[in-house]
Amino acid sequence: MIDWAWLADHLDAIVLRTVQHVYLTAIALTVGFAISFVLALWVVRRRMLYGPVIGVAGILFTIPSLALFAALVPITGLSVLTAVVPLVLYTLVIFIHNIVTGLEGVPAEVVEAASGMGYSRGQRLWQVELPLAIPLLVAGLRVASVSTIGLVTISALIGDAYGGLGFFITEGIRHSFPTEIYTGAILSMALAVVADLIFVRLQRRITPWSRARAAGSPAPVTPR
Amino acid sequence: MVDQPPHRASVVEFDHVTKRYDMAAKGGSGRPTTPGAVNDLRLLVPAGKICVLVGPSGCGKTTSLKMVNRLIEPTSGRILIDGVDAATRDVTELRRGIGYVIQHVGLFPHLTVGENVATVPRLLGWQKARQSARSDELLDLVGLPAGAYRNRYPSQLSGGERQRVGVARALAVDPPLMLMDEPFGAVDPIVRDRLQNEFLRLQGELAKTILFVTHDVDEAIKMGDLVAVLQDGGRLAQFGTPTEILSSPASDFVARFVGVDRGLKRLSLARVRDMPLRPAPMVRDGSPAAEARSHLVDAAPPYLLVVDGRDRPIGWLAAPDLPPDGSIDGSRAVSASPLLDPETTLRDALSMLLAAAVQAGIAVDREGRVLGLVTADDIGARMRAPIDPDDR
Repeated sequence: MIDWAWLADHLDAIVLRTVQHVYLTAIALTVGFAISFVLALWVVRRRMLYGPVIGVAGILFTIPSLALFAALVPITGLSVLTAVVPLVLYTLVIFIHNIVTGLEGVPAEVVEAASGMGYSRGQRLWQVELPLAIPLLVAGLRVASVSTIGLVTISALIGDAYGGLGFFITEGIRHSFPTEIYTGAILSMALAVVADLIFVRLQRRITPWSRARAAGSPAPVTPR
Repeated sequence: MVDQPPHRASVVEFDHVTKRYDMAAKGGSGRPTTPGAVNDLRLLVPAGKICVLVGPSGCGKTTSLKMVNRLIEPTSGRILIDGVDAATRDVTELRRGIGYVIQHVGLFPHLTVGENVATVPRLLGWQKARQSARSDELLDLVGLPAGAYRNRYPSQLSGGERQRVGVARALAVDPPLMLMDEPFGAVDPIVRDRLQNEFLRLQGELAKTILFVTHDVDEAIKMGDLVAVLQDGGRLAQFGTPTEILSSPASDFVARFVGVDRGLKRLSLARVRDMPLRPAPMVRDGSPAAEARSHLVDAAPPYLLVVDGRDRPIGWLAAPDLPPDGSIDGSRAVSASPLLDPETTLRDALSMLLAAAVQAGIAVDREGRVLGLVTADDIGARMRAPIDPDDR
């Protein structure tokens, strides 16, 4: 069923497409996170804007990806933008929601103590609120990375230049050649799993306090 | 701000401070007494004293406190700290110079205990080594050995330990003024009592100026050098020493707020050593009975207190039980009086007297020697007497 000879002959292309897949995902996540971060900080301060902003991001998320890639071709041509813009747009609703929830989940007394002790607004954000929002930021990154890695395969439909591992899937369908389809699909899934593991590891490493309770806390003392 | 001389304490003055909340704008009733409002508050808190703001919920006590470090800005009026209007100072600099402790402590969960305590030093840019030295010193001060606690996270502490860390954090740069908003409100009564006592002992050494908010009258009386009772609408109902508040409430509101047991509460402010003691009609065990009989003439109750060779009480001997001749026999004396330490509060003394068969307590010194007698009537008489201004 699997044509091993084809695999051996196309190792270079497979590596190249895998790198492109990672690269498109990384750009989409970085740009998407940056835009969402700015929007999230804005709506956290002006709560009435949260509804409209998340609403628009949500509507963007409902556009069928196939249609969005196709719709962009006349505007941005067959450039990398055509591939990246939809990927970015689909991350917004995930990131904005998680960043806002993360910032608003910081306990009120912690924020009050920080203000009362003389943190400036910026210091409070960077040194208190964002560190405490890390678990939700990472949760957003995990969902967005899995969803983006899947969507990159669809961007193959706008042309052979992009699409990462999706290129093999469209090629395999065109030539009725299962080996190519499996190669694209399995490697894409593997990327998603690896990305997820990396984010879980990263979170554990940068939030030592969340492990503290499990690791070294003394047994609770129960008075009899 | 950095190297302050020890025992620096601020004077805080509320000068016609008013805070209004526009409830109509939020769809409320627009009544003049919106919760948290403060109405023309005038208060002078002298240096080195604990001033407790107490009142029912919504009386504006927390609002008043937060206007000092400008977490809330007054609608009108000024708050002067050492004569300087707080509104004219840079807000972060102002806050870094005022210790702040709140009910749920608000420790930073992502920082270790040591880093939490060093918060303000870090904001002020102290050297790392100096930050951790100060942090260790303060942890030891509040009874949490730095070696065992500095690297823990707040989630690994008990409620009482967190409160102690909160106090240590507020003391980090030795601020001349501390604001404490129900600082012991979130712990159980036994821990609260211990934290209160520890804090009073600490304050005995530090002599900070402290504004302390509570809704608990007993805590106010225990902690306060001065007590400001606030009532609905943020009006000051009374400002005075705990004794003044308890003995002469300025209004029905204050009388009701401090409670019908305010007489008993006042008793907990005074101790046996503050009482004039009655001389005890003492006879030594083994002394001649005839001599003892002569004492009976001027002893009002027909009882004699038999003491041992070192003036320690053995018990009471009723007049009919005195042997006609020979010597006093201590083994026949009845020991039914409570023994009172000079440090016993009058409230506890009265309680012991009411429970005892003989309603005269014997005050004894550290060696157990008789100092004199206190009766339930004496305590009652003291409560009815006009207040001594030094009494607290």
